[in-house]
Amino acid sequence: MTLNETLPLTLLTSSLLPGLVIFALPESSISLRTALNLFGALAKLALVGVLLAGVQAGESYGFRYAVLPGIELVLKADALALLFVTLSAVLWLFTTVYAIGYLEGSPHRSRFFGFFSLCVTATTGVAMAGNLFSFFVFYELLTLATYPLVVHRGTAAAMRGGTIYLTYTLIGGALLLTGIVWLYSLIGQSEFTHGGVVSTLGPEYARQLQIIFFLLIAGLGVKAALVPLHGWLPQAMVAPAPVSALLHAVAVVKAGAFGIVRIVYEVYGVEFAQLLNLLTPLAVTATITIIWGSFRALFQDDLKKRLAYSTVSQVSYIVLGVALFGPIGTIGGLVHLVHQGIMKITLFFCAGNYAETLGIHKVSEMNGVGRRMPLSTLAFSIGALGMIGAPLTAGAISKTWLINGATAAGMDWAVWALWISSLLNAAYFLPILWRAWMKPLPATWPHEHILAHKRRETSWLLLLPPLGTASAVLIVGLFADAAWSPLAWAQFIAEREYLQGAP
Amino acid sequence: MTEHLIDPIPWLIVLPLAWAAATFLLGPRRGARLAIAGLGGQLLLALLLAAQLLTEGAQLHAVGGWDAPLGIELVADGLSVVMLLLTQSVTLSLAIYARAYFAQTGQGAAAIWFWPLTGFLLAGMNALLLSADLFNLYVTLELVSLAAVALVAAGGGRAQVTAALHYLLVSLAASGTYLVGVALIYGVYGSVSIATLTPLVQASTSPAIWLAAGLMALGLMAKSALFPFHFWLPPAHGGAPAPVSALLSALVVKAAFYLVLRLTLTVFAPLAEAGADLLGLLGAVAILWGSWQALRATHLKTLVAWSTVAQLGYLFLIFPLLAPDGLALQAGTMQAVAHGLAKAAMFTAVGVLVLSTGRDTLDGLAGVAGRVPLTLFAFALSGVTLMGLPPSGGFLAKWLLIDAALRQGKWGWAALVIIGGLLAAAYVFRVLRQAFLLAPETVRFHSVPRSLEWVAFGLAVASILLGLRGMELIRLLGIEFAP
Repeated sequence: MTLNETLPLTLLTSSLLPGLVIFALPESSISLRTALNLFGALAKLALVGVLLAGVQAGESYGFRYAVLPGIELVLKADALALLFVTLSAVLWLFTTVYAIGYLEGSPHRSRFFGFFSLCVTATTGVAMAGNLFSFFVFYELLTLATYPLVVHRGTAAAMRGGTIYLTYTLIGGALLLTGIVWLYSLIGQSEFTHGGVVSTLGPEYARQLQIIFFLLIAGLGVKAALVPLHGWLPQAMVAPAPVSALLHAVAVVKAGAFGIVRIVYEVYGVEFAQLLNLLTPLAVTATITIIWGSFRALFQDDLKKRLAYSTVSQVSYIVLGVALFGPIGTIGGLVHLVHQGIMKITLFFCAGNYAETLGIHKVSEMNGVGRRMPLSTLAFSIGALGMIGAPLTAGAISKTWLINGATAAGMDWAVWALWISSLLNAAYFLPILWRAWMKPLPATWPHEHILAHKRRETSWLLLLPPLGTASAVLIVGLFADAAWSPLAWAQFIAEREYLQGAP
Repeated sequence: MTEHLIDPIPWLIVLPLAWAAATFLLGPRRGARLAIAGLGGQLLLALLLAAQLLTEGAQLHAVGGWDAPLGIELVADGLSVVMLLLTQSVTLSLAIYARAYFAQTGQGAAAIWFWPLTGFLLAGMNALLLSADLFNLYVTLELVSLAAVALVAAGGGRAQVTAALHYLLVSLAASGTYLVGVALIYGVYGSVSIATLTPLVQASTSPAIWLAAGLMALGLMAKSALFPFHFWLPPAHGGAPAPVSALLSALVVKAAFYLVLRLTLTVFAPLAEAGADLLGLLGAVAILWGSWQALRATHLKTLVAWSTVAQLGYLFLIFPLLAPDGLALQAGTMQAVAHGLAKAAMFTAVGVLVLSTGRDTLDGLAGVAGRVPLTLFAFALSGVTLMGLPPSGGFLAKWLLIDAALRQGKWGWAALVIIGGLLAAAYVFRVLRQAFLLAPETVRFHSVPRSLEWVAFGLAVASILLGLRGMELIRLLGIEFAP
């Protein structure tokens, strides 16, 4: 096996192996578990660095392995895969640090970190899957690995959230599987290819291909929380904060959105999808989701629920970008895949900090929290402003490209939808910031667990991750023109799609 | 055919008979060790046979040097060797489990009878998988059934004896029906050898053969607990001690299915099309009804037993889809192997959970996730196979089945496979959900030997790993016997 074959496999193993070892560790071996977690996260990051440099230099990394005759497990670290892998590797490191602080002293940590690592392994697999079979394997593994995390607390509410989550995702998985096997029965095994693979089928298959597309998108739409398939996401909020952070920023919703990217660009091909009239319905669904999610977020007093509806809305920015026919929209969608992740994880980290430190779960309890926890609230503010699309933040970059993309595609209604959504974003985020910074402190907090100590507002392990990701929100916004920025990488991918996809 | 130092075929039948007799004399403690050694030897023999098949093709063994029609011929082709491998490996694991299990629960009647009966059952099973004529198949099937009934009855409780009695009655009626069919065929064609009969039936199908086929199918359906003949299974499998339940659910019911498949592919191939849809439909109802009952079960072992009823349904779904592309056959075999491993894992895991909580009810499971995590993990992994989620053998089976259905444009069957998977998820997660709940402070857990937990876990992992590598199995399956 050559190095270029081994690397993708090693990338998977870097989180799988620590995860399996952690399962076997007794609850009390805290330092070994922490060391393994951090080692895995750092090793993964280092490997990603090597792969990024390689892909930019034109290397191709792939690994294949026959499971059944005509069915192979294929891992491919191409430019698109690396966009997602990098995001997940970076945020995994942050979330691991955060989770170590968050779960300090709570029971069943070996189980938690074991499944946590499996979850990241599955996400990496989803990113690198080179064909639909492999994609499905990791996609369902992700469902299974996240369930124990969602129900981790073992309370009745956690169980209810977990059951709803499973019901949605397993039915979604069933639809996806139907679509995938149907496609295999038509064209056999075929890998994700720039410009798509199904256009080789004759026009007599158009109707079937439309139905398959519907099945695939419906299956993926459950995880990407497309309206009306989004019902599980606000319910899954019962999970511990690091899990919510991971679910919303990297793992579950992104796997759905990423799958849609692969289907549109590399299975159907953007031109062929346009030809079959598939893109406009997708764009309309995404637009409805964007508006509906933002609208529902306005009325949530529970902070995590408000953030959850915000995710429903924001993830569909990615889908909208994909569905806009043209390279500018593509770039907007792809870059938002990364930007939404960094911003949303910051917000969830902060929400977790408020809950863990002061017992704040509701927006109405957040009066004056900015004075008690200035650093967390600063990070929260940066994330929220980014979501609104304020200048200098990552969100501004995504929104600009999306709006330009919609204009270029001649979809004025999409431009309107993006503006309306931005206004709604402001309407549900700015009041929080106002409360946090401007309102007076209450006499007592709902449930103060961690007392302030000099300049330390909460435990360092909880504070550093959101500060790190909040800085990232600013950095990728300010240096969007740099060669290493997510924007540059998204442009790199879009160039390939539209150059090689051209007939 | 080249001469081998050891011909594994006769030894696969003689060895279990030998240790069955010896364990009867030695008693359960020493007998257990001997049985495990014997089973280890059988597994090696089965592997040797598989290697011979891969290099030289299907194997034939004439017992005592007499060729058919005078002597008995034993044939090992791909299908039989796959089933042989499954049988030996699952039984070996279960024997290791049973040894620790009976040490924990006490060496009562169930333990004393377990070893010799398992030996006879295995001898019958192996002989059945290697037999090549209808009468031999009858004899071996009878041996398997009687040993299985005795294993259920050996539990000794009133409920178990009743269950065993029902099982026995169904089994005898079924055998009788099958035997009448064989007699009819012998009357018409003057032979019971599959190899001789297949071309004869192809050349001319008389009305008698239709009747014979119908009777034999009826008998085998009853033995494999296909809906609506499933009623005897849940009490029998749900009531027996854990290693026995596992043995029955994982292997014994598959013997009758194997026969239906074998006969459909050979002697009754010209008639198969007429009955295929009926078999498929009954399989479909079995999936829905079995899953529904599993969703309603209040006891763990009953739930798992009903799940067997449902999972057997999948095996019969392949009959309407059998085609020259071989996809449905591959799907059926994959499902048989995956389910064999997973169901053995599930019953052994449930056995541990029952020992640990002291109760067999679903309600009693709260807190299990924290206390017996390894076993719960085993249960969950075997559940993944039953649901047909990746990566698992069950997933590959379902993929192949859906693929086979879609290629023939038979949408209904594909939809049914999908729905069956979701129903399986529903009843498996009923258990997991309960296990993740927090236990009340008052609940006490009993400690359970680790070896029990590891066997369940090992079987479950095997059912998962099968999903990562199905190439060898498919290659073996492609080896057919050409007389």
